[in-house]
Amino acid sequence: MKTIFTRTSMLAVLMGAAALTAAPALAETTLTIATVNNGDMIRMQGLTGEFTKANPDIAVKWVTLEENVLRQRVTTDIATKGGQFDILTIGTYEVPIWAKKNWLVPLDKLGADYDAGDILPKIKDAVSVDGKLYAAPFYGESSMVMYRTDLFDKAGLKMPESPTWDFVINAAKKLTDKPGGVFGICLRGKAGWGENMAFLTAMSNSFGARWFDEKWQPQFNTPEWKTTLTTYVELMKEAGPPGASSNGFNENLALFNSGKCAMWIDATVAASFVTNPKESKVADKVGFALAPNTGLGKNANWLWAWSLAVPAGSQKVEAAEKFIAWATSKDYLKLVASKDGWANVPPGTRTSLYKNEEYLKVAPFAKLTLASIDAADPNKPTVKPVPYVGVQYAAIPEFQGIGTAVGQQFSAALAGSMTVDAALAAAQSSTEREMKRAGYIK
Amino acid sequence: MARKVTGRHVAISTVAAWLAGFVIFFPILWMVLASFKTELEAFATPPSFLFFHWTTENYVTVQERSDYLHHALNSLIIAGGSTLIAMLIAIPAAWSMAFSPTKRTKDILLWMLSTKMMPPVGVLVPIYLIYKNMGLLDTRSGLVFILCLGNLPIVIWMLFTYFKEIPKDILEAARMDGATIGRELIYVLTPMAIPGLASTMLLNLILAWNEAFWTLNLSTLNAAPLTTFIASYSSPEGLFWARLSAASTLAIAPILIIGWFSQKQLVRGLTFGAVK
Repeated sequence: MKTIFTRTSMLAVLMGAAALTAAPALAETTLTIATVNNGDMIRMQGLTGEFTKANPDIAVKWVTLEENVLRQRVTTDIATKGGQFDILTIGTYEVPIWAKKNWLVPLDKLGADYDAGDILPKIKDAVSVDGKLYAAPFYGESSMVMYRTDLFDKAGLKMPESPTWDFVINAAKKLTDKPGGVFGICLRGKAGWGENMAFLTAMSNSFGARWFDEKWQPQFNTPEWKTTLTTYVELMKEAGPPGASSNGFNENLALFNSGKCAMWIDATVAASFVTNPKESKVADKVGFALAPNTGLGKNANWLWAWSLAVPAGSQKVEAAEKFIAWATSKDYLKLVASKDGWANVPPGTRTSLYKNEEYLKVAPFAKLTLASIDAADPNKPTVKPVPYVGVQYAAIPEFQGIGTAVGQQFSAALAGSMTVDAALAAAQSSTEREMKRAGYIK
Repeated sequence: MARKVTGRHVAISTVAAWLAGFVIFFPILWMVLASFKTELEAFATPPSFLFFHWTTENYVTVQERSDYLHHALNSLIIAGGSTLIAMLIAIPAAWSMAFSPTKRTKDILLWMLSTKMMPPVGVLVPIYLIYKNMGLLDTRSGLVFILCLGNLPIVIWMLFTYFKEIPKDILEAARMDGATIGRELIYVLTPMAIPGLASTMLLNLILAWNEAFWTLNLSTLNAAPLTTFIASYSSPEGLFWARLSAASTLAIAPILIIGWFSQKQLVRGLTFGAVK
């Protein structure tokens, strides 16, 4: 017993001693940057030394977090003016909401050679409010069809550059070989506003559906939504993988990379994963096409950009702007290219990148990524007019909650524990209730 | 004690115990194995158990990208500090409630427990504002304080149950011999309650070590413990299981070792009670 006592007390002394060692002091301007954990951001983190070499008076510290944790963390901080971060990585969903609340510093002093005119126009729209840039896009993405050229050739099918849903549905059914472990199509099914609802909202746009009418009335009781959800559920039942209602981006990526999907519609950023022989068994057999349409003039593709922004009230705006100008510049792309090759530059932000021959040579998906981004319009996402901004979301603060609630109903419809009609009715009533509570409708 | 223990009984219970132990340990084993796989192998179906290409690449990546020691030290300080302070408050509190209860003691105990019934996110914004105004955001002392508050009810409850089992007569005998309250606490009560104290401490240490809500939300860099270290390795876009497993293995290693060393006391504390 004595030994335990001494051991515990020793531990206590050690801990007490450790508690006394204080944090190191810093004399220069230190930027604390909150960012998401994805390849492009981690690469930027690795290249920080290049920035601090050119700006010795600025030190950079990174807080890297998983997307959902990051969102909660920075939202709490900015809403309470906590001032913990000098630069935030936020998505196109947050930018218009936060800018209208005056939580962000407008980025109009990024330097003469920044060339904001070179930013892809649709991406720029998504991070601007009233023509002012509130966040600088670091990388942008849309969604598109990725398909197996070998399976298409074998079945005698030819994927058009801009396929219709009818074509995709027929091809998916034809290519499904369940005993052979190949499924015609893999789509997101996991519930969440950024998971299945990102895909389904973009899909509904191509069927002419919308979240709200001009008076903010939810529209799940319209025939357009019924066609969208029925098509999705039936297609997945016939040609989708089992257990699709729990599949998100990563699950589908794993399925596609192991050769189990003939088609997959998801983020354009996946293109570099599925064509990477280190990660994918089908790397040399992948083709790309625009997300499908129904001939109404809208394709089922979304628009997203992870962007860097400065919180209002920050004491280090000047240094923060310097960093943002560096990280989102044309020269940064060149820097990445010189270190890791053109295939690894963050895509989807700069027009000049898509004119760069060297990039086009190593990125077979570049043309379609650009076409997909150009085809998505955050200000006019669907066929009919809408009161909100955003392609696969409505940029209002309530959307995260509403979108996830609807996503759960739709995921249940996919799993078969609920009918399509019941899911739509439940989505309509829950959305109506929330919109009434938030004061959009009476 | 008349039951006959046959060799077959022993064999069956041994096998059952090993099986149960293996089932409980399996997730941890799987995590350790996954940390030595490549990302593609970690995600492969069907998964391979032992026959894959072993690599330490994930540990190298994790080491390159984050400052593990900084986070581990923070975890140690925060979990250790909050446990120590909680014990200092909880021992006298539990002692007074166990040995001189009033008619309101039960209500006080229940009231303490009721503070655990509210989901922490419900008070995130007020706490964040208070911390901001007091300059406690991203400080170790701030995290020690909040985790100490959060775990106090459980610590007091556990100690209360241990103390209750100690016969009052022993303490009274000490008092008859002229022991002061302080001496009674230190020389009579504490030695008798050591297994209970040790297991309470370890449980509290584990709870504080694993606490992920407050530590993630109230820390940024300086005070960020291992929970933020882990949170930086998960991602909704791209494969991350192998790297996350490597980070998690590193994160649980210290607490696993502490648990290993104090296993004996923990088991005794949980099963025997205070009086031998």
